[in-house]
Amino acid sequence: MIKRFIIVLALAAIAVGMYPLAWGIEDAENLSQIATEYVTDGADDLGAANLVTSVVVTYRGLDTLGEVTVLFAATAGVTMLLAARKPKKPGTIAKGKKDSGEDHSRRTGSELLKTGAALLFPIIWMFGIYIFVHGHLTPGGGFQGGVVITSATLLLFFADSDRKMGHTILQIAEAFSGAAYVAVGLLGLWFAAGFLDPRFLPAGEFGQVFSAGAIPVIYSLIGIKVGAELTGIVDTMRRSAS
Amino acid sequence: MNMTQLVLLLGFLLSLIGFWGLMTRRDIFRMIISFSLLDTGVHMVMIGIGYVKNGTAPIFDEALIVEDAVGKVVDPVPSALVLTAIVIGLAVTALMLSYAVRVYTSRKSLSIDAVKELKW
Repeated sequence: MIKRFIIVLALAAIAVGMYPLAWGIEDAENLSQIATEYVTDGADDLGAANLVTSVVVTYRGLDTLGEVTVLFAATAGVTMLLAARKPKKPGTIAKGKKDSGEDHSRRTGSELLKTGAALLFPIIWMFGIYIFVHGHLTPGGGFQGGVVITSATLLLFFADSDRKMGHTILQIAEAFSGAAYVAVGLLGLWFAAGFLDPRFLPAGEFGQVFSAGAIPVIYSLIGIKVGAELTGIVDTMRRSAS
Repeated sequence: MNMTQLVLLLGFLLSLIGFWGLMTRRDIFRMIISFSLLDTGVHMVMIGIGYVKNGTAPIFDEALIVEDAVGKVVDPVPSALVLTAIVIGLAVTALMLSYAVRVYTSRKSLSIDAVKELKW
């Protein structure tokens, strides 16, 4: 009873705290000072057409490095929790009557799904690469492209859940992209204004693929990293179930 | 009430539901769903706060040139934060789900009460 009371009290406190935020806010007429700075100077400064990318990769680049680290930690956690050891507990067989009674083996994908997955896999893969290579020009970027690439692999696993997957290339891609991300950041420290500064490469022509200094390089590396990490998560979950 | 307030209100409502679920549910899967609701609610609030009246996406092209962009675009900073937060939320949800699987294989229960080590 007292617990329920505390919960209601806590929720009420949160709601009261949020209320002025929800009702007091009018549509802002102007950007905040720092956002104005980004909008007026960002394009000339970095040469990226997509300002959100400028913020993600450069202005808040260190945050993004942190986010990628969190992603890595989460992947490591998933692997540790699921793939550490195969559950082989002799005592639980008698208890798990339900497990032995029902057939838990997974159905293989239908012909339609298999053919569709084989057809779509390279196209989705290419689309993911397109998204992160053009992250500085159009909506999208490394995080979105990485997730799209993962979805292609997921589709393959839906079609054939026992498909073998090479782990070496996944690990190499993950390690390489992570190390190269930091290395490019350090290049910025040596040849430009600071860590993760992309201006050590020529700015190029505004709106072209090869422009905005090292932003497309960094975002592509993030894309490879995110794609490899999330594919690793999907693969670990699949293997732990079979 | 305009659209921004509606988005903010719905975002707060979602996060409240998420808080409520986290505090009252004992089933790990329901707690994970509550967390996802909280996550989505916070994303909505952040996007709502970054909106500028009649603003468009801060991506320059023929229709949006740099010189008169101020006043026409939304704040790019919350968009950037939410963009990464969505993907990180996905990975963290995967981590929580694997924890749930792990708890189930070792304790044969999905209740958070089965994890006695978490109590103090």
